[in-house]
Amino acid sequence: MDINTLVSTRGEWLRGVGPESDIVMSSRIRLARNLADFPFISKCTPQDRTEIEKTLRERILKVRSEFPEGATVDYLDVSRLEKIDRQFLVERHLISREHADSDGARGVAIDQKEQISLMINEEDHLRVQVVHSGLDLAAAWERINRVDDMIEAQVTYAYHERLGYLTACPTNVGTGMRVSVMLHLPALAITRQIDKLFRSLQKISLAVRGLYGEGSQAMGDFYQISNQITLGRKEEDLVKQVGDVVPTIIEYERKARQFLIDESRETLHDRVSRAYGILRTAQTISSEETMHLLSSVRMGVNLGLIKDVDIPGLNQLFIDTQPAHLQKLSGSELDTSDRNIERARYLRRVLNKPDGEKN
Amino acid sequence: MKCQKCEKAATFHITELVKGSKAQEVHLCEEHAREYLAGSDQSDAGEPMSLGNDLAQTLGVGQTAEELQRLDQRACPICGITFYEFRNQGRLGCPHDYVCFENELEPLIVNVHGETAHTGKHPRRFQGGTDQQTDLIKMRRELKEAIQKEQYEEASKLRDKIRQLESHSRPNT
Repeated sequence: MDINTLVSTRGEWLRGVGPESDIVMSSRIRLARNLADFPFISKCTPQDRTEIEKTLRERILKVRSEFPEGATVDYLDVSRLEKIDRQFLVERHLISREHADSDGARGVAIDQKEQISLMINEEDHLRVQVVHSGLDLAAAWERINRVDDMIEAQVTYAYHERLGYLTACPTNVGTGMRVSVMLHLPALAITRQIDKLFRSLQKISLAVRGLYGEGSQAMGDFYQISNQITLGRKEEDLVKQVGDVVPTIIEYERKARQFLIDESRETLHDRVSRAYGILRTAQTISSEETMHLLSSVRMGVNLGLIKDVDIPGLNQLFIDTQPAHLQKLSGSELDTSDRNIERARYLRRVLNKPDGEKN
Repeated sequence: MKCQKCEKAATFHITELVKGSKAQEVHLCEEHAREYLAGSDQSDAGEPMSLGNDLAQTLGVGQTAEELQRLDQRACPICGITFYEFRNQGRLGCPHDYVCFENELEPLIVNVHGETAHTGKHPRRFQGGTDQQTDLIKMRRELKEAIQKEQYEEASKLRDKIRQLESHSRPNT
């Protein structure tokens, strides 16, 4: 697989089609697994890492065209990629920041729809991930479980009778499973209810993270809600725990949006229209401001206040205006100020197309 | 003893008395003690929670200074990681650490998960133990050490054993 082919494609999860996809961007599940006959990554020699990478890569590629639902995976040797290409994969949610920044033998297998990714030599030897568009956790679990069975049939995982799947960090031990939904919550942010929501989620052992996972700030009002507990509950129960809380959050967000409309439809309409106006006319714009304005426009589209742009196109803009994407799309390496100019140019071009041509 | 948050010497030994639970000891250097005593108000200021990174810091709370110091010296016979190393980086060195540090990890695991036993799926191929695999980790380490010490006869014996075990433990090679 050539990374440049990914530049012209888009991940399935950006299509914005699944259930509740105006608020739920995606449903994601990942499993952490380790080979039983090697140390965890922190104690691996370079030779160990090479051996692990080779073993897992060969086993994955042996069944590459047998993935559930007709998927076929291709492999990228992350250790041989340029920094900008690694950053590109992070922006695309196909590898983690930790995986991009670490050293030594490592890689990732990805299917064409970008729904399945298998990271080799991340924090654990193998991190399997499945992403679906909208609120679709049950199907994502069903799928990742089949992928897990497939790989498991060919290797021996580190497993303890009482503790379950053993992971480098004890916070993942047991199921090794993280279930998360990415939510777009602009109205809760505007009405300043978001911190209150997070505190109540933390009380029921759910974690809240930003767009790019652990440690990342909430960008564009996107938040990932995920389970913290991985031990002592069945996988289906963890899926249910996260899934059960989502309808309530969706309801809060819808209420907050209605509140903003009831309070002053004109003020809200003005806010989203100005955001759209800036994005269509700016000459230089930072990534942060872009995310912030796109968030307003996305809400405006969902509320019917802006009619001439669609959600999949907007979802894609959130990703395409990230630094590495912008540089890959323009075909040249750019410093911050040139990126800001190129970003504005890109936004003007996409958002000012005559009707009917927008994505 | 060392600070629970950095490499400096711990000069502050704080005992936390929380209503309804056991007293907890915290051992910190001057800088981290000041931060600790200033309160954790900042943690609510919008930073997303990052459990993994806080892990190493919460470890050891509840142990006395002597206990912690003794514990820090202990090392896993398979991968060689010391408990101090784990406490510092929050990542274990090999699957055997869960056995070797079982008692020390238990309070932490209960703290994070509220449970001590897995109830979810298990590998279909799993047949009651991965001791052979654990042996492989140890032998590969010994092989590397033997080569470094130029003990080639020992190294060659180890290599043969490793090959034999590998061929048993890897299906479909």
